[in-house]
Amino acid sequence: MPKATMILDTAAMERALTRIAHEIAERNDHSAEVALVGIHRGGVFLARRLAGLLSGIWSQTVPVGSMDIGMHRDDLDRQPAPAMLPTVIPFDVTGKTVILVDDVLFSGRTIRAALDAIMDLGRPKRIQLAVLIDRGHRELPIKADFVGKNVPTAMDERICARFREEGCPDEVTLEKKGGA
Amino acid sequence: MSWNRKHLLDIQSLTAEEIVTVLDTARAFKAVGERAIKKVPALRGKTVVNLFVEPSTRTRISFELAAQRLTADVINFSAEASSLKKGETLKDTARNLEALNADIIVMRHSASGAPHFLARFLHASVVNAGDGAHEHPTQALLDAFTVREKKGRIAGLNVTILGDILYSRVARSNIWALTKLGAKVTLCGPATLVPKVFEQMGCRVTYNVEEAIAEADIINLLRIQHERQRKSMFPGIGEYTSLFGLTKARLARTKPDALIMHPGPINRGVEIDSEIADSNRSVILDQVTNGLAVRMAVLFLINGGKGPQEVAA
Repeated sequence: MPKATMILDTAAMERALTRIAHEIAERNDHSAEVALVGIHRGGVFLARRLAGLLSGIWSQTVPVGSMDIGMHRDDLDRQPAPAMLPTVIPFDVTGKTVILVDDVLFSGRTIRAALDAIMDLGRPKRIQLAVLIDRGHRELPIKADFVGKNVPTAMDERICARFREEGCPDEVTLEKKGGA
Repeated sequence: MSWNRKHLLDIQSLTAEEIVTVLDTARAFKAVGERAIKKVPALRGKTVVNLFVEPSTRTRISFELAAQRLTADVINFSAEASSLKKGETLKDTARNLEALNADIIVMRHSASGAPHFLARFLHASVVNAGDGAHEHPTQALLDAFTVREKKGRIAGLNVTILGDILYSRVARSNIWALTKLGAKVTLCGPATLVPKVFEQMGCRVTYNVEEAIAEADIINLLRIQHERQRKSMFPGIGEYTSLFGLTKARLARTKPDALIMHPGPINRGVEIDSEIADSNRSVILDQVTNGLAVRMAVLFLINGGKGPQEVAA
């Protein structure tokens, strides 16, 4: 059983999200234009929490949607079809500042797919990216605007993000792949 | 989530988990059809051939639109205009289509087992769009999707399938799917068209239509398949309607939330009263909408590559 290294515990995750929410508020003067889109699954939990924090900062509700990028992946015929969850975007993205939210930024391919999926829904004014963990190893020219924590990793390591919405305590750990 | 199949040939060989995977995937694809841009790039660069050796309009259009919404290229191939009329064998026709690098062949054929035959030697994926009186898997999947969407569940529901069971591939696929998912299936119709042997598939057979529909949560009506009946199986249309048709009087004695389904094309005034077909109890047009989502899901799933746990389809 390989040892898992704690990257973020419950309190640290909460602090990181609070900081990201304030950075989003600082960067975006026009709060009415901001909408959040979480990428299934972890990103959806995070987007809902950030929307709650931003609603408090701005004293207005912030629209939040969820997106499954499976239909836009670039490796669909290289592996078994991924499980699909419905994409629910209950607002018009055209003219909005859409903030994509994901738990872990790695190769950047998920974000590339998400950008295409968003563009299929309309023409946002701009798109920003918020991630809880940036673990490096980008394969595409993609960079996050808001990062909870930068974590240098090796390719044979795995970042595991768990959330209270799934019935686990909020935490992010670094584990060796294929060990357990 | 479990899907490792290259083909969709029948419901009989699917597990309940695999059926649920298709239904869950179809939920995501139904949302695509409700957007301004009803298209995703999931099958970009793939070629889908609709090989319809037996005539069909709605199933072919549904598969065609499903493939287009996944950004695949689609070729429609119908028996009337094909070299099958000139004496080419099915195997040669399919091999020719594969030589054009077709990735998925969607086939309807009047012979039971024809898609299974193709799947044995083709490298392309094969989807059964109806083979003789054997199976029509995507119809059963869209019916199950519609039931789950409207009722929130399938397990424990009473589903009555009423009409021509003997010649119906829709009935066979529905029986497999519904019983695997835990529904209680009752079959009813003229004794000549509903042989007792269907009880071996795990359903109940009755010839008393009042009793068959009284406790039903879902009533699935089937058309009389005149084109498949080699001899007259019942005296006449008028008698069928009076004995087994869903009339307003019969509907009044069903559960108030029982839903009416029909795979189409409907024959108004024969198996279903015209007003019932247009009423809010009927989900016939929801079935058509859901059929598109289910077929997108099926094409998406079988297009998936081989995983480490790949098993022979």
